[in-house]
Amino acid sequence: MKIRRSGAKSRKDTRTFFLFLTPSILGVLVFVLLPFLDVFERSFRTVVTGRFVGFGNYATVFGNQAFRLAVGNTLRFTLVCIPLLVVIGLMIAYPVSRFKSAGVIKSLYLFPLAMPTATIVIVWKIVFCRRGFLNLLLTRLGEWSGLWGEVQTDLLGTKAAFWVLVFSYIWKNVGYTIVLWLAGILGIPNELLEAARADGASESQCFFRIVLPNLKGSLYTIVILSFLNSFKIYREAYLVAGSYPVQDMYLLQHLFNNWFVNLDFDKMAAATVCVGGFLFAVIMLLQRLWDSRDM
Amino acid sequence: MKLPYIKFHLRDIKRGAAFLLILLPTVLVCLPIFLLITGSVMSGGELQQHLAPVFSDDAAFVSWKAIPDYPTFAHYGKLLFMTPQFFVLFWNSVRLVVCILAGQLAVGVPAAWAFAVYQVRGGRALFTLYIVLMLLPFQVTMLSSYLVLNRLHMLDTHLAVILPAVFSTLPVFLVYGGFRAIPAQLFEAARIDGASERRIFLSIGLPLGKSGLLSAVVLGFLEYWNMMEQPMAFLEDKSLWPLSLYLPEITWQQAGNAFAASVITLIPAVFVFVWGQDYLEQGIVFSGLKE
Repeated sequence: MKIRRSGAKSRKDTRTFFLFLTPSILGVLVFVLLPFLDVFERSFRTVVTGRFVGFGNYATVFGNQAFRLAVGNTLRFTLVCIPLLVVIGLMIAYPVSRFKSAGVIKSLYLFPLAMPTATIVIVWKIVFCRRGFLNLLLTRLGEWSGLWGEVQTDLLGTKAAFWVLVFSYIWKNVGYTIVLWLAGILGIPNELLEAARADGASESQCFFRIVLPNLKGSLYTIVILSFLNSFKIYREAYLVAGSYPVQDMYLLQHLFNNWFVNLDFDKMAAATVCVGGFLFAVIMLLQRLWDSRDM
Repeated sequence: MKLPYIKFHLRDIKRGAAFLLILLPTVLVCLPIFLLITGSVMSGGELQQHLAPVFSDDAAFVSWKAIPDYPTFAHYGKLLFMTPQFFVLFWNSVRLVVCILAGQLAVGVPAAWAFAVYQVRGGRALFTLYIVLMLLPFQVTMLSSYLVLNRLHMLDTHLAVILPAVFSTLPVFLVYGGFRAIPAQLFEAARIDGASERRIFLSIGLPLGKSGLLSAVVLGFLEYWNMMEQPMAFLEDKSLWPLSLYLPEITWQQAGNAFAASVITLIPAVFVFVWGQDYLEQGIVFSGLKE
């Protein structure tokens, strides 16, 4: 219940609010918001002379083949990874929620989150290279079953590299997805499920009619967080293949980094405004979507 | 001919699924660690032999031995006692992480308190702004950070990595989750008893909101120990780099060093993970945007 506060009280509240918030707000202003305005302004000028070119930079960016490739790949990566992560996480979390030893399993799945990227990349290189462990395993499997011969695809230098990235992303992120799903599942009142079972609902009915609809809040969180973390796959991609990987792996992050290194600040400013604006719109849309469904 | 009748009990399937669910992560998590540890105590010659297919056009596949023929701690010894560069980078990492976390708490905890306790006009809008900022990837803020760091003459110093991270809004969000979990009646009661706002923050907020604070620390540690994009963009001088950027610099010819360095990098992360797992989980749940 909210208690209506008198004018003096709320004025005092406002003062205290800003007293606590000031250091943070000042920092955000100086290090994020004001520089962002600067970037916005620069996106309309050339980098060397500072001449005003209107939407020229934007036209260059959208005409740029590397930009289109990178946007395509990044979208593809996100659209493949997030649904996959969400579903795999739920497929693991739902059975695990009934285990007594859920804690141990959770730790096992969470551990990759703690593993530094530079460390794991060494392992991935040994596993996924042309004569690495995965191909060795596949070859042996082929010999054993007699279905295929030696497998020697270079998993890091061909189209397959994209799927290595997908695997690496899921390996790293599935842990917190499971934790979030579990929190959601355990938050569903048990009486609800028991009542349904008493009324003769089957396991699958329980799952689709009761569990799933109650997990919308978790879904929203998971989607947002996995989206945020999907950008960090750049670390793996960069360490495995450097600044210019195979085409299928060339992400927006590579492009931004390469523009940054080449001091192409005008293109970068325009692209920053576009990508930032796009993300802002997506976040707002998701939030709006969620709020309206909530009612 | 009658086929032998095999009956699958639902219970068996469930048991099988449970087994798989445990086996899968065990293999996927333990094998990499096993590989790193055995590699770090394998003699250089043996490693070369096993890993030759990775970096040359050898026709054979990679191979491995669970127990090295010539176990040795030479790589650790060399790294710890004969590579001063490694020490410098290790302390760089420690320094960066400690400064960032301390700064984040100093700035972020009061901010989280403000958002969690005081209902003020415009407060919601500000909070939404914080959420959006926390979700922006590094690449979007890279240029703006660069411009401001350049203007403040901070490029190529540790401050260039520390300051933007200190004002990251993610910890505010995590700590906020912890503060929101405290029942508001407690504050009202304290106010009626004449406690000042500062006193309420220090004596009620901080002790009771501790879990949110710690989860921000654990998540922050794992994130910044692994930090790569920021130092790569803002630090040109390699003697300022953190450990996470040093590892990729080691060539395959010194594979033993790479393995040993990986294990040493991994140790603090494992330590924090084991110690803070509860807070980590809580932090993940707090980062749920719905309270």
